[in-house]
Amino acid sequence: MDMKVSKKKLGLKEKYQHMTRGLGWETTYQSMDDVFPFVKYEGIKIHDWDKWEDPFRLTMDAYWKYQAEKERKLYAIIDAYAQNNGHLSVTDARYINAVKLFLNGISPLEYMAHRGFAMTGRQFPGVGPRVACLMQSLDEIRHAQTQIHSISNYNKYYNGFHEYRHMLERVWYLSVPRSFFDDAVTAGPFEFMVAIGFSFEYVLTNLLFVPFVSGAAYNGDMGTMTFGFSAQSDEARHMTLGLEVIKFILEQDPDNLPIVQQWIDKWTWRGYRVLTLVGMMMDYMLPKRIMSWKEAWEVYFEENGGALFKDLARYGIRPPKWLDQIEQDKDHISHQAWATFYNYAAACNFHTWIPTDDEMDWLSQKYPNSFDKYYRPRLEHWREEAKKGNRFYNKTLPMLCQTCQIPMIFTEPGDPTQICYREVDYKDNKYHFCSDGCKEIFEHEPEKYIQSWLPVHQIYQGNCFNEGVDPTAEGFDPLAAVLDYYHLNFGRDNLDFEGSEDQKNFDEWRGMATKNV
Amino acid sequence: MHIDLRTVSIKPQRQTFDHIARRIGPDKAASRYQEGTLDVQATHNFHYRPTWDPEHEIFDASRSAIKMADWYAFKDPRQFYYGAYTLARAKQQETAESNFDFVEGRGLADTLPAELKETVLKLLIPLRHAAWGGNMNGAFITAYGYGTALTQPCLYHSMDQLGIAQYITRVGLLLGDDVEVLDEAKKHWMEDSAWQGLRRYVEDCFVLKDPLEVYVAQMVALDGLLYPLVYETIIDNVLASQGGTPIAMLTQFMTDWYAETKKWVDATVKTAAAESPENKAQLEKWITHWRDRAAAALMPVAQIALGAQADALTSELVGQFNARLAKAGVSL
Repeated sequence: MDMKVSKKKLGLKEKYQHMTRGLGWETTYQSMDDVFPFVKYEGIKIHDWDKWEDPFRLTMDAYWKYQAEKERKLYAIIDAYAQNNGHLSVTDARYINAVKLFLNGISPLEYMAHRGFAMTGRQFPGVGPRVACLMQSLDEIRHAQTQIHSISNYNKYYNGFHEYRHMLERVWYLSVPRSFFDDAVTAGPFEFMVAIGFSFEYVLTNLLFVPFVSGAAYNGDMGTMTFGFSAQSDEARHMTLGLEVIKFILEQDPDNLPIVQQWIDKWTWRGYRVLTLVGMMMDYMLPKRIMSWKEAWEVYFEENGGALFKDLARYGIRPPKWLDQIEQDKDHISHQAWATFYNYAAACNFHTWIPTDDEMDWLSQKYPNSFDKYYRPRLEHWREEAKKGNRFYNKTLPMLCQTCQIPMIFTEPGDPTQICYREVDYKDNKYHFCSDGCKEIFEHEPEKYIQSWLPVHQIYQGNCFNEGVDPTAEGFDPLAAVLDYYHLNFGRDNLDFEGSEDQKNFDEWRGMATKNV
Repeated sequence: MHIDLRTVSIKPQRQTFDHIARRIGPDKAASRYQEGTLDVQATHNFHYRPTWDPEHEIFDASRSAIKMADWYAFKDPRQFYYGAYTLARAKQQETAESNFDFVEGRGLADTLPAELKETVLKLLIPLRHAAWGGNMNGAFITAYGYGTALTQPCLYHSMDQLGIAQYITRVGLLLGDDVEVLDEAKKHWMEDSAWQGLRRYVEDCFVLKDPLEVYVAQMVALDGLLYPLVYETIIDNVLASQGGTPIAMLTQFMTDWYAETKKWVDATVKTAAAESPENKAQLEKWITHWRDRAAAALMPVAQIALGAQADALTSELVGQFNARLAKAGVSL
């Protein structure tokens, strides 16, 4: 019987499959190996890309529709915030330094994520993961740009923002976040996904994003808060992608387990080191605190991460290495980092200060095991010295860790009075490390890490002076020459918050806004 | 207390970031396109060489034979940053959605002459794979190209191609009786002689190493012939006059997209060619090569709908293509 059969209604999953993986094909005019040349050299074995479970099902038309709606709202708020001088309603002008840290240290990473996900979005032979990566690439350029656009208004009024792109590639502490992402992007596509998609976006993202966005909300910064909230639904997609990647790789072949485990160890440690900056921001730079770094680590890593690694145990994955050290360190690293920036505030593009008495009491309460014993006396001493006119700005360049590039400021596990040093001899050179984690990461790939562009070494090698500068000239001031190379305006971008132009302007402008002059 | 901050006038310290000010002048406010684009990509002091390409830096202009003193000479006339891009596409998808609703709601697919429907299925549906190839090529340039002014719009192009592949898929599902139309079209793409020239073209693009050559092969040559041929000529003209207007409605996104996108492509070619005689010569060589290959690959595809007319119409389109590129400063 010839009868017109009514069309089968497609399920969402099936329909999405036709909209994505149905589009790809096995190439025959060019070999698949030539079309996807980077997919084998890391040693990861994938037998069936079709086993990939799409972590979300979003066709482009739906993507455009949802995202445009979010953009419309976001830019309306950014405009209103700028128009109404919203920056004057932040709790305290010191807060603005946290925003400087964000634009200088984090926003450029969003851009790198955009390019990195474009690379994996080109290189995976599976259509499902390729589409998910490309969508993330698109989201990441969104995050970079919405951050630049909302922080642009701060740049108009405050110092320290104006050369974030130039400084990213030069200023000493910015090599920490930057080398982290350069490391991920120069790895193969699978390692990049474990590094960024899983370790960073899934395991550590709450420790980066929540502190900054909640910090903004707590401190009256609606501009920054809004892009954070607006990015949240994108982040949710990124997290499901990160988790799917791990599961997919592990399910494909048992040989993948040791490779992935090593990457998880490495990237948790690398990410944790970068988060030192966030910990410092939470404990010292937010006038209105959200929670301490230690509490954040306990909630977002120990509790949430603990549950995650329990779940991954069935694949043979164990929790990342060096957690015992991190556990001990959580009482210390934020204090050690702030002390370093206070020391090197002359070479820095944001301001530093000694916490107020109230703030020190808060720190004592949050860090009963460490603050009063090790860090309060030092801060009080520096405060006394500054009062006497002896504010000391360190001009001696510190030794940097070859891997994470943080100055060697961290202490031995178990002894917070002893700086932790490790070293490795490799091809006639000695390399220095801040920890067992960074040392082991180096030893696994020495040829990669000997390339590190270490800001201190580069200064000593004479690579951080502007063209035409003569370091042998009489009266040559190396620090001044380096700051020129950084495009750092001495006395405006750097030094203490107390007495800064930012402080003076903010007080004056807020006065104009709140008083009758 | 209500603080009416609008009464307070504060003089800004600066109008924009210094790297933008160095390009546009210190006293000008920068647009969102400029702040989101200019110099955003890192250029100096990279930490490590890619393990997948140790000959180059992470971002490295020497991946291309095209040389630019300043890679930010490229400008997108649409001024697309993410927000402007998604807003533009959201509007277009709204139109597309109401077009699909219109055609579906009135059962217009069933009113199409059977022969015409057959032609559309044969011609249009395999093109979803070509669009997927376009997505791959756009992703390649985004990944390995140099400078945000060039790479950013390539990602938008890449995602547009994915969107187009998905719109074509929807047309297939709407016109065909079942998902088998998609399998059938894929079979044609893989095996039917009419499609092998195009498939070979697309696959050959996948192994190119120079991002600008990929740009020429995809954005300039293939898009530059395929969209005028399939959407503007065959669907909007020839088939529409045979009762195929509903199809033109279903592919309006592609027609509008091409009209908009080619302005950006023209601007890119013009800027690269105007840079130096060497660039111009290189572009002429590439464009000639890929134009000829694209025209040859599209000929059997054109024949599906145009039969004997295919030759004449394709030649006409090549003529228009040459004229368009001449305006962009490339003589073919």
